[in-house]
Amino acid sequence: MTTSVVVTGLGIAAPNGLGTREYWEATRNGKNGIGRVTRFDPSSYPSTLAGEVPGFVAEDHLPSRLLPQTDRMTRMALVATDWALQDADIDPAELPAYDMGVVTASSSGGFEFGQNELQKLWSQGSQYVSAYQSFAWFYAVNSGQISIRNGMKGPSGVIVSDEAGGLDAVAHGRRLIRKGTPVVVSGSIDASICPWGWVAQQAAGRLTRSTEPTRAYLPFDAEASGYVPGEGGAILIMESAESARERGARVYGEISGYGSTFDPKPGSGREPALRKAIELALADADLTPGDIDVVFADAAGVPELDRIEAEALTAVFGARGVPVTAPKTMTGRLYSGAGPLDIASALLAFEEGLIPPTVHVTADDDYALDLVVDRPRQAPLRAALVVARGYGGFNSAVVVRAAG
Amino acid sequence: MTGRRVVITGIEVLAPGGVGRENFWNLLSEGRTATRGITFFDPAPYRSKVAAEMDFDPEAHGLTPHEIRRMDRAAQFAVVAARGAVADSGIELQAYDPYRVGVTIGSAVGATMGLDEEYKVVSDGGRLHLVDHEYAVPHLYNYLVPSSFAAEVAWDAGAQGPSTVVSTGCTSGIDSVGHAVELIREGTADVMIAGSSDAPISPITMACFDAIKATTPRYDAPESASRPFDGTRNGFVLGEGAAVFVLEELEHARKRGAHIYAEIAGYATRSNAYHMTGLRPDGAEMAEAIDTALAEARMNPTAIDYINAHGSGTKQNDRHETAAFKRSLGEHAYRTPVSSIKSMVGHSLGAIGSIEIAASALAMEHNVVPPTANLHTPDPECDLDYVPLVAREQLTDAVLTVGSGFGGFQSAMVLARPERSVA
Amino acid sequence: MSTAPFTLDDLRRVLLEAAGADEGVDLAGDILDVHFESLGYESLALLETGSRIEREYGVALDEDLLADAQTPRALIAAVNEALGTVQQAA
Repeated sequence: MTTSVVVTGLGIAAPNGLGTREYWEATRNGKNGIGRVTRFDPSSYPSTLAGEVPGFVAEDHLPSRLLPQTDRMTRMALVATDWALQDADIDPAELPAYDMGVVTASSSGGFEFGQNELQKLWSQGSQYVSAYQSFAWFYAVNSGQISIRNGMKGPSGVIVSDEAGGLDAVAHGRRLIRKGTPVVVSGSIDASICPWGWVAQQAAGRLTRSTEPTRAYLPFDAEASGYVPGEGGAILIMESAESARERGARVYGEISGYGSTFDPKPGSGREPALRKAIELALADADLTPGDIDVVFADAAGVPELDRIEAEALTAVFGARGVPVTAPKTMTGRLYSGAGPLDIASALLAFEEGLIPPTVHVTADDDYALDLVVDRPRQAPLRAALVVARGYGGFNSAVVVRAAG
Repeated sequence: MTGRRVVITGIEVLAPGGVGRENFWNLLSEGRTATRGITFFDPAPYRSKVAAEMDFDPEAHGLTPHEIRRMDRAAQFAVVAARGAVADSGIELQAYDPYRVGVTIGSAVGATMGLDEEYKVVSDGGRLHLVDHEYAVPHLYNYLVPSSFAAEVAWDAGAQGPSTVVSTGCTSGIDSVGHAVELIREGTADVMIAGSSDAPISPITMACFDAIKATTPRYDAPESASRPFDGTRNGFVLGEGAAVFVLEELEHARKRGAHIYAEIAGYATRSNAYHMTGLRPDGAEMAEAIDTALAEARMNPTAIDYINAHGSGTKQNDRHETAAFKRSLGEHAYRTPVSSIKSMVGHSLGAIGSIEIAASALAMEHNVVPPTANLHTPDPECDLDYVPLVAREQLTDAVLTVGSGFGGFQSAMVLARPERSVA
Repeated sequence: MSTAPFTLDDLRRVLLEAAGADEGVDLAGDILDVHFESLGYESLALLETGSRIEREYGVALDEDLLADAQTPRALIAAVNEALGTVQQAA
């Protein structure tokens, strides 16, 4: 028998809300977190909008010893982990160190930290590069720092598959729990809103050039013009159902199914692989399409990619066969943070029986989706599908079920 | 869980001084070293001036001008090594359900070389902090996200199963292969193209390791700069390269009559939860990973014939893992040959773990244990049999290979012959 | 370039910039002879501190001397020796 794996704690840093309650309050009400970039002057760049996490003051949450050696994404990840552990009512000091593991995703590491050091290297010379550059920017830094801060010696991991990576990390966390580690910290926080990260993100040609925060990121809309990048994400505390039951923990829901595929090389004429990832996730959860009450879409905001996703969803669920939503229209795309944040949103939606809305979007009928737009929709929710895709062809899907 | 066992049926290695599986093995078995004074850029301003650079001509390895243009050097290594591994395995990937063929590529530092070079350009030599996008190369996003390495390999092989980059610092090369093994064992995939690649020899990498004095400042004799377990060791020598494997489920490999190098019988990773760069001298967490990997392989420590060490050549690492070997293997640690190929090919960060798995499998293939080059001066704190200077012929049925990385990651993998009796 | 001696206050400032301060440690207190380890600074923090001092004061600190300096007094002495300034009681 396979072990059931549940989520017992959430820690959220999102552009429309810092902390779980603030995020959910904003998200259920359609509060937008997208605006003009403030972390640097974007006026010389074609794209100027981002989803920035507001009001995060690392000094308020972390010891000063950690600040010189951490990028913004690591600071947010450490704080989100603290919150998630509190939420799960877990004091890591009380658990055997090898019973706790950490698996995070990253898309581009601590890119802002990296830019600052590259800047010093090329403008001042190699002796100006920080001793912390040897790890502060690299992709493994959040898993390492989380394990150190919390004394977690169990199996760890770091997954990089662009925006799909957050779901892959959660799935790997589930794998580690099934292999015998009772508690795993998983999910992801990403951030690369610095000039260097901005220019690199622009290079893929998918960022919108719109300057209107409410007209910029419009997935499944005839006026879709690309996406708005954001920062943040969610950290999840995952446990075996047995461990959660034994300690009487509050359970948000279960990570029931996962599927992952890779697209064929462009021009090969083969079908995009997203549908297969969704089917694999459903099969893994032992559910049929009819069991899914809501889909949290990847929602690329790029017409060609929106079409691929809509076709995959209608192939599996039928035309307008399931409510679909994209709360990331309020936050922008958070790279590897997006999938875990959508899982968190699904779990919070279960609690309230309410699908958070896709904002600013007028659904293009051609996509044949039942898109939940403008206002939240009340519905009994037992199971959700979360979809995430990474640049180059990564497709991942996770099925989440309500507790009980 | 399902009783599925995973074997290596294809290997390709790109290593300094040993581009290609056979050249690589010749280098190791002859105990030659590939470290040299840095030629990729002027090393004068740096504290450490040596590296194990690879002479690699992407065109000669069949990459097209488009591929060369859009891929960072490390991505090029990954694709070339993957092609070589698939060819070596003799597997006809087109005959498989593409959704059952996956890719995992390990990398610690991604497209560092590309990012370093491009930053110099878009910042106009560090003049602009608000870097100029007009000067950005169109494939800069591929450098931003190292997942592009796995994407390139998957495209190239036509793999459409689970594909990802695993990035756990200097244990990436073990963890990437370990991840692939788990995917086959659990039944998610039947064939995995798994390995790792890094090309970190760039100014920013040299500068950051200078700052923590992790790399050796020795440059009077570059060819003997990397000195794992030697009493005069004073830091590692940066390297580059890749190794990629074809992994299959055992019965599947047997059915198609594939040559089997070794079974990956056990794998585990643990964290020291201590320090991003420091190691406690007792090696407890690495020992825990070793014990877990042996238990997974259902093997006693005494079954290990050879330990392929992390052996980076820093003072603290070599002491740390010597302690870990003793902790896990007890008295048997003193009877088991231990060696570090980093003495010859340097430390290629995320790639080296896979390169060392390749060395381990080839040691089994040839029944030869590669030596630790440059080991002349004993260190009382490192008192095991490190196979100094000269390779050793010996029956090698089971190998333990380990890695230790920034972030506190400690990984261990056990390779064994599939026909062994399983306890 | 100033030739004033490197003082404990200078060191306090550089330490804070390079590595912050542990909770529960009073850097402003009498720390001259307290081991860096007890102050919460490990080798990485001291390497960063050392290289900041080297850059700011334009000196090259002897690596072994730096590694052996386990207290603020010892480190200040090493810096002043490199600066060629007479060490003053802080």
